[in-house]
Amino acid sequence: MSDTTLLDRAGKVGCSDHTILKERGQREVFCGLTGIVWLHRKIQDAFFLVVGSRTCAHLIQSAAGVMIFAEPRFATAIVEERDLAGMADLNDELDRVVARLLERRPEIRLLFLVGSCPSEVIKLDLQRAAERLSGQFQSRVRVLSYSGSGIETTFTEGEDACLAALVPELPQTADDRPHLLVVGALADLVEDQFRRLFDDIGIADVDFLPPRRSRDLPAIGSGTCVLLAQPFLTDTARALERRGCTRLAAPFPLGIEGTSGWLRAAAEAFGITLATVDRATAGPRARAAQALDRYRADLEGKRVFFFPDSQLEIPLARFLSRELGVELIEVATPYLHRAHMAEELALLPSSTRLVEGQDVDRQLDRCTDAQPDLTVCGLGLANPLEALGLTTKWSIELLFTPLQGFEQAGDLAELFARPLHRKTRLRV
Amino acid sequence: MQLTVWTYEGPPHIGAMRVATAMTGLHYVLHAPQGDTYADLLFTMIERREARPPVTYTTFQARDLGTDTAELFQNAVRDAHARYEPEAMIVGASCTAELIQDDPGGLAQSLELPVPIVPLELPAYQKKENWGAAETLYRLVRAFAPAADTVKPEAGRAPSCNILGPTALGFRHRDDVREIKRLLKQMGIAVNVIAPLGARPSDLARLPAARFNVVLYPEVAGIAVRWLERAHGQPATTVVPIGVGATRAFIAEVAALAGIEPRADLEQSCGHGHLPWYSRSVDSTYLTGKRVFVFGDATHAMAAARVARDELALEVVGLGTYSREYAREVRALAEEFGVEALITDDYLDVEDRITILQPELVLGTQMERHTAKRLGIPCAVISAPVHVQDFPARYAPQMGFEGANVLFDTWVHPLMMGLEEHLLGMFREDFEFHDAAGPSHLGKGRAAAPAPEAAITEVPAADGSPHWSAEAERELRKIPFFVRPKARRNTERFAADHGVPEITVETLYEAKAHFGR
Repeated sequence: MSDTTLLDRAGKVGCSDHTILKERGQREVFCGLTGIVWLHRKIQDAFFLVVGSRTCAHLIQSAAGVMIFAEPRFATAIVEERDLAGMADLNDELDRVVARLLERRPEIRLLFLVGSCPSEVIKLDLQRAAERLSGQFQSRVRVLSYSGSGIETTFTEGEDACLAALVPELPQTADDRPHLLVVGALADLVEDQFRRLFDDIGIADVDFLPPRRSRDLPAIGSGTCVLLAQPFLTDTARALERRGCTRLAAPFPLGIEGTSGWLRAAAEAFGITLATVDRATAGPRARAAQALDRYRADLEGKRVFFFPDSQLEIPLARFLSRELGVELIEVATPYLHRAHMAEELALLPSSTRLVEGQDVDRQLDRCTDAQPDLTVCGLGLANPLEALGLTTKWSIELLFTPLQGFEQAGDLAELFARPLHRKTRLRV
Repeated sequence: MQLTVWTYEGPPHIGAMRVATAMTGLHYVLHAPQGDTYADLLFTMIERREARPPVTYTTFQARDLGTDTAELFQNAVRDAHARYEPEAMIVGASCTAELIQDDPGGLAQSLELPVPIVPLELPAYQKKENWGAAETLYRLVRAFAPAADTVKPEAGRAPSCNILGPTALGFRHRDDVREIKRLLKQMGIAVNVIAPLGARPSDLARLPAARFNVVLYPEVAGIAVRWLERAHGQPATTVVPIGVGATRAFIAEVAALAGIEPRADLEQSCGHGHLPWYSRSVDSTYLTGKRVFVFGDATHAMAAARVARDELALEVVGLGTYSREYAREVRALAEEFGVEALITDDYLDVEDRITILQPELVLGTQMERHTAKRLGIPCAVISAPVHVQDFPARYAPQMGFEGANVLFDTWVHPLMMGLEEHLLGMFREDFEFHDAAGPSHLGKGRAAAPAPEAAITEVPAADGSPHWSAEAERELRKIPFFVRPKARRNTERFAADHGVPEITVETLYEAKAHFGR
């Protein structure tokens, strides 16, 4: 079942000369449906309807922190035996469910039909269903579709699929004046900070995708420069490029170095001097440096091991190694997009063992053999590793917490320092 | 197709995982797509288990569908066997793998591994978690408890029983088992096998050696126990010992099955059952007739309804379950209570019913706890689906005499204490005691109290229902806020029934006299 290939010197891009271990085996990762947990809060007038099974419904409620507090803007249309046996027409059933849902939630303006493993396997055409329903609810609700299935998407790729589905909906700009589009869901707080920073740098025309409200979809055109805020947006970037936008090569805005590089890439595209950027960011950078100093003693020289999860692993590892002096034992990621990751890989120590894919049993063996000081892993693995005496940081928090930008650099360091700190305090 | 925002039960393979994870020496190979491994976190995070569940998933992806998922599955079985060296294996499919029809059972058998392999057929589009657990236990018992009576109870030894039903991720199963084991020991009855919790597949072979079976959770053990009765002539208990009355009935039933006379001092020897005296104690008078709504799995909901009525003298105004397999039993009990049973797995239906009934206490699942919090009604949790809070560090069984103590505390504490309630009734205009303050015992998290009513004016009701005179409205406000909504509704109903267009102070008191408390 497992298939391990050593690719020597995948040095196609940048100055990265890392050896990459490719693994195929049991993958202990979420599927793309999980992205709904944060996307439904980000786009405030959107609703996510998963067309799937009881397992899909159970996954989302389990990942969303077990219980829901307010009526959420997501639900599952659970396919039942009679749908599969052909006793009910699946499309009629879906129309009925959507009508009932929209009647209950009149404030919804954007509805995503989200494909799942079962809907993919039975080849239910959700794109056609979305077109049909869009026609039916014309002018009231826009209906789009994407796949968040585990057979198509791993965890954060669900957000990628969702945003890629939005791209054809984005209006065309009237002209090709340069304009910046930041892509990837960010906490509102972080978004506002970045907006202020871009303003200070001299880039006033900035949009964010996804927008907070679906009616505020940004316009794009050949003048649009795309700056990815998240490392997992392969399909979205491709769709934007197909519409004439230009992707700016940049590291990701995690830590001081990542955020600086990210802002500089934008400035460069707008013909703004690096000195201007440095001047505009001097204050926040100094604050971030001060915040990081507090955690350096906790983290310096610590040996860290990353299980694959969100594709944030490489930028996070880069931050830990370069800004906090962490020693990287293994950095695993579900997928490694070499072009998007080029600037990050160039900054990683060449001794880092990089792994693409997963064979969880083998990786656990490597992890327990290495006895790292800190292991970054999913919720299914954290307690079993703690029980073996290892210290862990559960990775899902890295997606649910505002971490990007200068002002959050300290929070990001703190997330990694906390489990280590806790371990030294406990006397039981 | 069913629109679902939240579900009480997971898919049936989660039930199978609960059985596999409870046991030792058993490994489950699940043909499932990438992402289905989320289920591990239920066990490692909610129950805080120290080991990963003994489950290998094939985690196939789209690219595998084009090639050979059957081979992928066989490799997973072979690797899992080599790595974990289990005594036995169970194999099956999750919802997606069911659609690709790879026949996990046949594929695993054809590997001719040197351990027994039990195939599971768990129809994911029809059945749910508890059914999956029950079916898995049944398949295991059938596979390992020899069909012929090769194991005979040894004569001359203490009568023995099996304890069946406790699983991983069960609502207080760990503590219930400890409490019932203690009770059985006091009765002089040996415990032969406990399953699935802590059992090995080989232990299941010893099941027929016991004289009878103790069924703690019929939702899980029901099918297996009926088969043991048919195949091995092993009778089983029917009373679930939740509450003092049920525990006494359980003791009598167990004694009869064991052919013994229970000791007269059994209750004393089991430690102190405080519930009967606490319930008689005069401070509990205020509990009398408090209106309670009960919802949960069938076993816990039915037991809670009986305890509420018979041991706390509460008034059960609603009873329901999400366990459709036990709808008949719950309906019968609801009829006995003179209420309409609510059989649903849609939490919004439950919320609607609670909103209509406006009970003074809700006994439900974690979801009803949220609903009740929103509605400002005290609530205690009596049933799965489990939450991390349902695995308390302290010993907190639901069953036996100690379990009854736990029920008394956990149900009564959310309610306002008796004497305090009387004082509040007398001095209802105390400046610190008003709607917006909210009861201190519900904490700051309590949903916002109903918006303060605007200055009292005579507002004609829009929907043609009777309207309130300013004077009556003022009088209504003197009634403590926690009974005010009921008083308002009762008065409006009274006025409507009697064709009274305007509610006056008179109407308010006439309605009070008409409805009683």
